[in-house]
Amino acid sequence: MRTLSVGRQSLLAAASRMCHEERPMIAQSQTSAQPAHATSHPPALEIHDMTVAYHRKPVLWDIDLTIPEGNLVGVVGPNGAGKTTLIKAVLGLVPLASGKVEIYGRPYEDQRKIIGYVPQRESVDWDFPVTVRDVVLMGTYGRLGWFRRPGHGEREVANRCLTQVGMRDFANRQIRQLSGGQQQRVFLARALAQDARVYFMDEPFSGVDAATEAAILELLQELRSARRTVFVVHHDLQTVRGYFDYVILLNMRLVASGPTETTFTPANLHKTYGGRLTILDEAAEAVRQRQPIR
Amino acid sequence: MTAPSITMNVMLGTALLGATAGTIGTFAVLRRRALVGDMLSHAALPGVCIAFLIMQDRNFVGLSLGALATGLVGILVIAILTRWTRTKEDAAIGIVLSTWFGAGMVLLSVAQRQTTGYPAGLKSYLLGEAAGIGRGDVQLIALVALICLAIVSVLYKEFKLLSFDVDFATAQGWPTLVLDLVMMGTLAVVTIVGLPICGVILMAALIILPGASARFWTNRLGRLLVIAAIAGAAAGVIGTFLGSPLPKQLLGIELFDNTKYPPGPLIVLTAATFFLFSMLFAPQRGVLATAAAELQLRQRIAREHLLRALYEISEPYLPERPAVAEAQVLAQRSWRRWWVDWWLSRLRKRGLIERVNGDVRLTPAGLGAAAEVTRTHRLWEMFLVESAGIAADHVDRDADAVEHMLPKPLIRELEERLAAAGRLPMVPQSVPQSPHDL
Repeated sequence: MRTLSVGRQSLLAAASRMCHEERPMIAQSQTSAQPAHATSHPPALEIHDMTVAYHRKPVLWDIDLTIPEGNLVGVVGPNGAGKTTLIKAVLGLVPLASGKVEIYGRPYEDQRKIIGYVPQRESVDWDFPVTVRDVVLMGTYGRLGWFRRPGHGEREVANRCLTQVGMRDFANRQIRQLSGGQQQRVFLARALAQDARVYFMDEPFSGVDAATEAAILELLQELRSARRTVFVVHHDLQTVRGYFDYVILLNMRLVASGPTETTFTPANLHKTYGGRLTILDEAAEAVRQRQPIR
Repeated sequence: MTAPSITMNVMLGTALLGATAGTIGTFAVLRRRALVGDMLSHAALPGVCIAFLIMQDRNFVGLSLGALATGLVGILVIAILTRWTRTKEDAAIGIVLSTWFGAGMVLLSVAQRQTTGYPAGLKSYLLGEAAGIGRGDVQLIALVALICLAIVSVLYKEFKLLSFDVDFATAQGWPTLVLDLVMMGTLAVVTIVGLPICGVILMAALIILPGASARFWTNRLGRLLVIAAIAGAAAGVIGTFLGSPLPKQLLGIELFDNTKYPPGPLIVLTAATFFLFSMLFAPQRGVLATAAAELQLRQRIAREHLLRALYEISEPYLPERPAVAEAQVLAQRSWRRWWVDWWLSRLRKRGLIERVNGDVRLTPAGLGAAAEVTRTHRLWEMFLVESAGIAADHVDRDADAVEHMLPKPLIRELEERLAAAGRLPMVPQSVPQSPHDL
């Protein structure tokens, strides 16, 4: 079963690569998503009145969000804006003080099997005694359930996911011997092995080399072509417009969310970043010129 | 029952206890929770004494339940301290560990004043005692150890995920809090049943040392657990053996008088010996292996630098091989005379250079080796100048730092790239010109 579904996914991905030149696909997905939301198809993520607090100090206030499926969504905001907290709250890693989160119209607990997660690279001990393949296999644990060990089929899935991120030759390496970019690719491969419909990625682009950044971007686009929804916590304002169809601008409160084209504006960035003028000017300039970055 | 059969009985118990403590302890070590074992065993002492004072009896199960109770209260207090006050976890563990142990020592004195029961037996909980353990107790210890071992093997996959990435495990839907409780609960039970053998002071060592030793030998979790189990079992058996009457009966020598040396310290010292041995002699991760690899690399770098210096001095006269004065070699870099002398003599022994009237000259073999070294250096320099945008007059030192570690396939790739850019003379194995003034 699992093998089949990943096979389908990579087929779709291959198809997407073929029609890579035809960009209208993105716009199409956005327009089609709106009426779909109104009728039978629930949005990939819906958040109502969400408030999150650490030690009684609120970090996120009253967040309301609706994100249609099949988008690459950038989560953008200054340090301490609550970007990671937003993802962790959706995934149930930090408790909600109030509010409701729904994925495809149902609470998170019911949808865990269709969710993929890429935590921050620094969140684990890379000296842990496991190989690259072991880590990717962890992506299959959710479907395996209690007590069952990964077998031949799961190893096949892991190998294929490693091939997708260009790390097949590293399968038997101890994870300590990897560079930062390679570690990030391994985490992505593990998320791919989850074969999810909605992915949450916490700064997958941070501290990676240019080749890895390009590879990750290509992978994200393949996922989008396969109608997956991917949330990406992102730091580099310069690349937001080039990478994402949809943005969530966050600074403890939701500043704005919507299609990048209409939402990632100098005015909204001003509201998000407040007084931090240097970053702001840079970003505003990039937006004004609408230059394709790189 | 005869003394040897009692000892054999205890050995079986300590072997299983050591294997289990090593296995579950490995997870504690990997999760940086090693001190929790220490805290649990120290916090068990007041529980043992209170249980004794209530029961007026040394019933093993009763004492263990008492130990478990105060141990759990200790964990609860640590959780409260770290969660609700500004005390950090390590401080909280230290506070609970010492306070509970102090209370235990006071209660131990109280218990010893009591005339009924066998209060002297309670003292074995401090450092452990093999001789005083009944056959039934050993069987119980073995049974509990086996159950804990079974739990770890059944939940291997889940424990692996929990230890590596809790957040990912939670996001995937695993009840990580429950899994964590099972893991820590197993650790607590193993710690407490081991107390009468190892004692509250030293039990933690049997939990930490096998896993820490095994870590030097492998990078795979499965093998790590097996090695830790074997190390724990071996430490248990050897330690018990050393402290028992067996060596005297079998070999005619008494190593440690078992009335003076309880097994706890001997077991721990055996495990510590394993650790020391692993730390020093393990291949790859051991201190000696690391030092040897480092030394080898330094030697290679030194040899290659000297060969390149000789090549660059000889270069204008090639294909003639000129005799080079040592002063010329010394002028190439900030080298010390004794150092150059020593290395020249080593190169000579390898047949790479020869002496001509006090000067040195590359042999044909030496010229080949020196050309190869210089070639790699210059290829790398050219690559740095052209692809990494490093200034030509800075490139020498930057190339120096890396060129000795370039693997052969990478050198081939460099050649292909530079050849494709028309920067390399198409004569195979020729040495390209230096991109900077020599």
